[in-house]
Amino acid sequence: MTGLTLLVTGCTSTKSGGSGGGSQSGGKVTVGLVTKTNSNPYFVKLRDSAKAEADKRGAKLIPLAGKFDGDNQGQVDAINNLVAQNVAGILITPSNSSGVLGAIKAARAKGIVVIALDTATEPADAVDATIATDNTAAGVSQGKYVKAALGKRKPALVMLDGTPGSTVNTQRHSGFLKGFGLKDGSPGIKGTAVTNGDQTKAQTAMENLYQRDRDVNSVYTLNEPAAAGASEALGGKKSVVIGSIDGSCAGVRNVRSGKFAATVMQFPKKMAQLGVDAVIDYAKDKKKPSGFIDTGSQLITDKPQPGLESKDTAWGLKNCWG
Amino acid sequence: MTATQTPPAPAPETTAAGSPLKSAAVRALGNSAAGPLAALAIAIAVFALSTDTFFTIDNGSLIVQQFLVVGTLALGQTLIILTAGIDLANAAIMVLGTLVIARLGQHTLPAGVALVVGILLCTAIGGLAGAFVTRLRLPPFIVTLGVLSVLTAVSQLFAGGESFSVPPGLLTFLGERSYLFGRIEVTYGMGVMLVLGLGLWFLLTQTSWGRSVYAVGDDEEAARLTGINTRRTLLSVYVLAGFVYAIGAWQALGRIPNADPNAFQTGNLDSITAVVIGGTSLFGGRGGIPGTVLGALVVTVLSNGLTQAGIDSLYQQVATGILVITAVAVDRVVRRRAA
Repeated sequence: MTGLTLLVTGCTSTKSGGSGGGSQSGGKVTVGLVTKTNSNPYFVKLRDSAKAEADKRGAKLIPLAGKFDGDNQGQVDAINNLVAQNVAGILITPSNSSGVLGAIKAARAKGIVVIALDTATEPADAVDATIATDNTAAGVSQGKYVKAALGKRKPALVMLDGTPGSTVNTQRHSGFLKGFGLKDGSPGIKGTAVTNGDQTKAQTAMENLYQRDRDVNSVYTLNEPAAAGASEALGGKKSVVIGSIDGSCAGVRNVRSGKFAATVMQFPKKMAQLGVDAVIDYAKDKKKPSGFIDTGSQLITDKPQPGLESKDTAWGLKNCWG
Repeated sequence: MTATQTPPAPAPETTAAGSPLKSAAVRALGNSAAGPLAALAIAIAVFALSTDTFFTIDNGSLIVQQFLVVGTLALGQTLIILTAGIDLANAAIMVLGTLVIARLGQHTLPAGVALVVGILLCTAIGGLAGAFVTRLRLPPFIVTLGVLSVLTAVSQLFAGGESFSVPPGLLTFLGERSYLFGRIEVTYGMGVMLVLGLGLWFLLTQTSWGRSVYAVGDDEEAARLTGINTRRTLLSVYVLAGFVYAIGAWQALGRIPNADPNAFQTGNLDSITAVVIGGTSLFGGRGGIPGTVLGALVVTVLSNGLTQAGIDSLYQQVATGILVITAVAVDRVVRRRAA
């Protein structure tokens, strides 16, 4: 754990700034966390990891969340709430890259350090630092893998997107196309659908798109529930290469059983630990973190492709996030 | 009272003698089903002509499978809207049902017992909502809004950020596929939907209970004065609707063997859409099961056909919205003419 702490301090600038604010609550540093929702397992894991890290370091975590993905108003309320509670720092996974900037600005003006977790803001310097997966890079490795797994077959791709306008959605989508070597609107793309990352919607969309075009041989999915829906819709047809992203244990198991060809794992636990540590360090010695801290991503597959670094599902199951 | 009423205002058995086949058919289907039937026919014709893949046996089966869950939710919603109420909590009741059934069926209990527990739970929640409406005279909108809020949170707490996969067997039985004549793909869920739809249609149109439901929806005070126990009728509607949502939960597990607290977030609105397009009046007392089935089919056909025609899913929402407003406008005009 000291390694992780060192990593953060290594990435932080040494300038001290801000007025500090009242960061102590009964002698304890308080850390605010605002996730997109408190229901999605990914954010639940992020919250649990942050809680564990805060407990370990004797700090107090106040976790809040929007009501649904895209609930900017809910996130703004949460930030205001945390400011009123005099937290030392706020970790936020912004639903929308620009929707919460006003509230963040107000919080920072009070000397509260604000760190974007998981998703960057637009512009990135609206927060002190960003600790996240490079979603574009993750999308690129997803795209490269699916392309390689297709081999010589001509691409006939379906794209199951998330929520239009969300940063993660845009970055993964364009990263995938970059890795795959296609552009939006290319004839190789046989269809796209909005799934909101919901398995039910993804299944229905995939059924309809596959009904329209039986030649489909590859599928981009924004996340693993969408991939599970696609796999269900295709009835386990192995000739269609499904690439996914996230690295949940359920997702890795679906790679192991052959439902998906590959997934790209993220490390929310690492994000949470680094974020909590950064806020605590700031409260103690006013060192503010800065810049983009990449927690990395890892291609997971049992059918490695030459030239692409990957880990197998055994490794994946040890490192997945629930 | 009016020619446009779907319910068999006078007892059907007295008029049945000598009634020609056509009027029997119209009575069976209900006049309010004519609109959605026309919309369905037009949509099918347009998609059949504009795409190669829509008008196929495979796709027909697919549409019915996609229709089952929201169709079932819409059946329960129809009962409540017929009494001039509205149910905002139906999908939330169903989702809690899927979670409880899946969780219990996973580890703790035999699948059959888990299913029965889930069905009883959903039915009881329906009854509880009904009790608030009938005993405290609270508006259904408010009661079901509250239930929606509570159950959404309860589901999240119960699931603890997880989703539960369902072991194959009884719980996913409704999603199992079989083939008729060697090539028509059917699921057991379709059979259950058929039985459920016919059963509700029978109850609403052929029993005195059904006549009470229409009467209460049309004018509760008048119904009470004619000797109908309006409270008991209303309560029974909510209980029955809860039971129908439980069947929806079973359908949902058949379609996706994974219970997720975040699923079907728009299920309540989708079911209201289907009921409204199906010609059931939001003001109560008019409409019925055949219209709702057709309404839910229209929504599913639109989504399926527009996707195959390559139309962006956001435009699909636009199309559905326009259809809803049109349906209510038609209802309003019909009602004004009838008055």
